[in-house]
Amino acid sequence: MTESTQGTLAVEVRGLTKTFKTVEAVKGIDLSVRTGETFGFLGPNGAGKSTTIKILCTLADATSGTARVAGYDVATERDAVRRSIGLVFQEPSLDGYLSAEQNLRFHGELYGVERISAAARRKEVLEMVGLYDRKDDLVQNFSGGMRRRLEIARGLLHSPKVLFLDEPTIGLDPQTRASIWTYIGELHKREEITVFVTTHYMDEAENCDRIAIIDQGKIVALDTPANLKAAIGKDRVQIATADDAAAIAALKTTFQLDAKMVEGLVTFAVAEGAAFVPLLFEKLGVPIKSVTVQQPSLDDVFLNFTGTSLRDAEARGSPNSAMAGRFRGR
Amino acid sequence: MADSTIASVASVVVPKGGFGHEVRAALVVWEREMIRFRRDITRVVSAVIQPLLFLFVLGSGLGSLMQAGTGGVDFKTFLFPGVLSMSVLFTAAFAGISMVWDREFGFLREMLVAPVSTAAILTGKCLGGATVATIQSVVVIALAGLVGVPYDPVMILELLALLFIMSFMITALGLVLASRVKQVQSAMPLVQMIITPLMFLSGALFPLSKLPTWLTIVTHLNPMTYAVEPVRSVVFDRLNLPAEARAILDPGIWWGSYQVPIWLQVAIVVVSALLLLFVSVKLFARTE
Repeated sequence: MTESTQGTLAVEVRGLTKTFKTVEAVKGIDLSVRTGETFGFLGPNGAGKSTTIKILCTLADATSGTARVAGYDVATERDAVRRSIGLVFQEPSLDGYLSAEQNLRFHGELYGVERISAAARRKEVLEMVGLYDRKDDLVQNFSGGMRRRLEIARGLLHSPKVLFLDEPTIGLDPQTRASIWTYIGELHKREEITVFVTTHYMDEAENCDRIAIIDQGKIVALDTPANLKAAIGKDRVQIATADDAAAIAALKTTFQLDAKMVEGLVTFAVAEGAAFVPLLFEKLGVPIKSVTVQQPSLDDVFLNFTGTSLRDAEARGSPNSAMAGRFRGR
Repeated sequence: MADSTIASVASVVVPKGGFGHEVRAALVVWEREMIRFRRDITRVVSAVIQPLLFLFVLGSGLGSLMQAGTGGVDFKTFLFPGVLSMSVLFTAAFAGISMVWDREFGFLREMLVAPVSTAAILTGKCLGGATVATIQSVVVIALAGLVGVPYDPVMILELLALLFIMSFMITALGLVLASRVKQVQSAMPLVQMIITPLMFLSGALFPLSKLPTWLTIVTHLNPMTYAVEPVRSVVFDRLNLPAEARAILDPGIWWGSYQVPIWLQVAIVVVSALLLLFVSVKLFARTE
């Protein structure tokens, strides 16, 4: 698909950088998000995801570069951008002393939603996230998952063109995480909307139409999940051995394979992984305790482009991880 | 990208901003303060108790000592306007400083990312604080009869108006403080530290006559003085006081030989309020 004209791009970013005093959090990002797609922004904590999303939402100024959201410049047309976007923050931002509906009413008035249609719209978004029967309950009595759903409903209330979700499932249990993604998936059936979502969960990125992988302030890959995985063309093999260093050396000399330690296991990529296993036992010369062979996943994509697994990247931390530091007081 | 767009039934239009939109935003912030006030009766009760202690305990306790110096007027009657001012002071300051909690719980961000001006939001907050505090003062006004102040309807209306302006100013002051304080724990001590001296140095609890020079200077620099004096003046106008008693208890504010008229005092309070609001808008716009 050729790059479409500006009118059909929901988000357009060119050469974006952001420097905090001495730390370069975003080091020149270019990306185009098409109208109507679900775009995932994937990377470890501290990779620059939140900083980028803050710039796109007019909450922070870029050091250099330009960004347009829904056709408006984030630096010069701030209010127009704000009217066109919905936001679900990483941190909770509801008033617990108000009821669910009062939180929505507050939002509608702040955004100047037309009064005639406001009530119907509130009902619609509450029904969409399954909270209509709880609309008069105080938010302080809601569970973490319910609050998140309410925040998504609120983000949609003023019919934004682009919905930004910054780590919408962080701090939630797996079941609730799955249900949040169901709601996000349903959105497109009901709204003409572009969804821009950041996550550091690989499995969640699978739900996106396209994803950008960001590491240390740079986009290292951008395509559909299927294409990214297909591009690797190899399976991931992980083995536990009696002597990992010897195993890595043997893989190099015997099979010309580059292996590295990932999450405590000797890991390498090879085409036709299952067929390779018998050969491995025959010729490696180091006792093998266990073997797993996996079709390429987004984890492998991440590993392929950044040379480290997402989990290890998180553990390694990143210079600005303190800035992107998260806490969820629930 | 499935294009099965079932065009949403109630898709709404967000019109371009404008003054009407700003007013709506301010009003809904005000409304939120009202909702929270209604749900928090303990706050109302506890905020009224302290001034009542001052009025009836301190007033009665010191009253016997004062009798000689007040020209025969009950000390409680003298204290009444001051206690009335006190009753709005802490509530209004709390309404302003509550922005620290809004920041802690993330709601401040919800407000500040909306396509409206920070001024609209903070104005709504000040109106909310002023309304809540003024409603609270009604409890104290209701006790006027117990300390020999008549229930004059015009006086009551004047009092409510003056207390509203006073609370608006103090809420704005609370907002200025809230913009700098990031820690919830330090918010209340800070309010105490700022509000208590403002109250003591305003002539709410003692007459402004016969003060040492340094205290006169300090009280004259305190905007609260110009907020409390009109309240006292309005109350004392309804009492049949001997001229000498009035001269001791309510000498008015003098800049040298110039007696500051009530309208100018009110104007000083209004200007201080707007100035504080302006400063808080600048500070909040910078922090987020």
